[in-house]
Amino acid sequence: MSLNDLYQEIILDHGKKPRNFGELETATHEAEGFNPLCGDQVRVRVRIEEGKIADLRFSGHGCAISTASASMMTQLVKGKTVDQAVALVEKFREAMTSDSVGPEGMGELGCLSGVKQFPNRVKCATLAWHTLRSAVTGGGKVTTEKPDA
Amino acid sequence: MGTQAVDLSSVKSEFPALVQATAGKPLHYLDSAATTQRPESVIQDVDAFYRTHNANVHRGVYELSQLATEDYERARASVAAWLNSPSPEQVVFTKGCTESLNLVASAWGGTNIRPGDRVFVSTMEHHSNLVPWQVIAEARGAELVPIPVTDGVELDLSWLESNLDESVKVVALKAVCNVSGTVNPIQEVARLAHGVGAVVVVDAAQALAHQKVDVQEWDADFVAVTAHKAFGPMGVGALYGRADLLHAMPPYQTGGGMVRGVSFERTGFAEIPDRFEAGTPNVGGAVGFESALKFIQRVGIERIGAHETDLAEATRQRLQMIEGVQVHGNAKRRAGIVSFTLDGVHPHDIGTVLSEQGVAVRVGHHCCMPLMERLRIHATVRASYSVYNDLSDVDALIAAVQKAKEILA
Repeated sequence: MSLNDLYQEIILDHGKKPRNFGELETATHEAEGFNPLCGDQVRVRVRIEEGKIADLRFSGHGCAISTASASMMTQLVKGKTVDQAVALVEKFREAMTSDSVGPEGMGELGCLSGVKQFPNRVKCATLAWHTLRSAVTGGGKVTTEKPDA
Repeated sequence: MGTQAVDLSSVKSEFPALVQATAGKPLHYLDSAATTQRPESVIQDVDAFYRTHNANVHRGVYELSQLATEDYERARASVAAWLNSPSPEQVVFTKGCTESLNLVASAWGGTNIRPGDRVFVSTMEHHSNLVPWQVIAEARGAELVPIPVTDGVELDLSWLESNLDESVKVVALKAVCNVSGTVNPIQEVARLAHGVGAVVVVDAAQALAHQKVDVQEWDADFVAVTAHKAFGPMGVGALYGRADLLHAMPPYQTGGGMVRGVSFERTGFAEIPDRFEAGTPNVGGAVGFESALKFIQRVGIERIGAHETDLAEATRQRLQMIEGVQVHGNAKRRAGIVSFTLDGVHPHDIGTVLSEQGVAVRVGHHCCMPLMERLRIHATVRASYSVYNDLSDVDALIAAVQKAKEILA
């Protein structure tokens, strides 16, 4: 596993120019996520219309891995139903933590497969996802220490 | 100090974890501000305690318990002597700085801080010397006031001088900043604080392995130290306290070992320091703490401090030559710690690249979130040096930062 596999061009691109970044004034749901170990913070704001994610944005500060993962996540789930989005969160979480599957089947997110070789960075990649799930299933605060709280 | 001229270029060979690591992939250990490595002598002394003198301390009438008790109290006397405490009983063993500071905030602060009082805590404080004061201030109806720091991470002494008044009960300050390496003027702060009757609580976590800690020269009222940042074991530290203050303080935790007599009607508490040491203490840890101080004495604290500072200064100079690198903090007096950021790159990503080059640094807020806010950053990369580092570690760090810039910037 080389650093160039971890920090692929596409990750650096999303890290420096995140898509769907900023505030969403028309949000109907939102949640905040924290990684208390590094102080990283993300806020995900979502507008749900008729059970679908009509729009979403994220804000905050984090490393290239967490920013890129959040950016790609917003692209993937926009237009999906809440149930589909929650299923994708679970799929991504599984992909980042299981030995048998990876994120390769999830489009651009496949570029994050290298993160699994750096166990202390997996939480960076999953923070925004846990936060999205919290936002669409009721809102609140999540931390990487208790992602399911 | 009577040093036997230990050769600094070979001292690394006394640290098994570094020797073992070097046998495989290179390890440039630049995280000694988080915890130092331990020399063979400390590991052996702790091992010997468990092999030869292991028993619970106090009240055992058999020989083994007496040996353990002697070890424990000798360790206390050694720590007290090292800190220049007027007496061993003014040194309370704890599990580290955090517990020492919680003990002061809870037992001293809980009885001496009153509604309307003010508690001064520096903006550069580690959370361990901030949160306990915040909690006790809130509980007692007092006000927590940050002492400002300059852009270069120096304490704003003129602010302190003009804002101290009789309402201030505590001035809490670290001796050496774990982010910027700033060495704070404890003596000067103590003089100002004592002028209005405030007590001075010093977090000396980063100072113990870097400079002589002399509680009387500092004229500090409470000083917290920990062994593991000074070549000793984890899970043991100490609190030095002024005798009259300690004598007047209620217990911090209660239970066995800290009582004079117990009945269901009432409990009489033991004298200091036992009053503050409920439960079985970390005897093996105390033995290791004493051993660590022997190691420092053998090498020479002034030599260790100067060596670390030299390496940190070389690091600063070379980092500042890399375009886009910002070094945080430029206090006039600094220890062997350097914090920096690289424009447009998050410290965590730098840390990962450095790690792949065998360079172990710490990235994040270093438990100093208010200081990060003051510096308008979220995190830094921190390199911290100890006696076993040399210029090859600086070279490796600089090369790895260049590589990180290449990949990430």
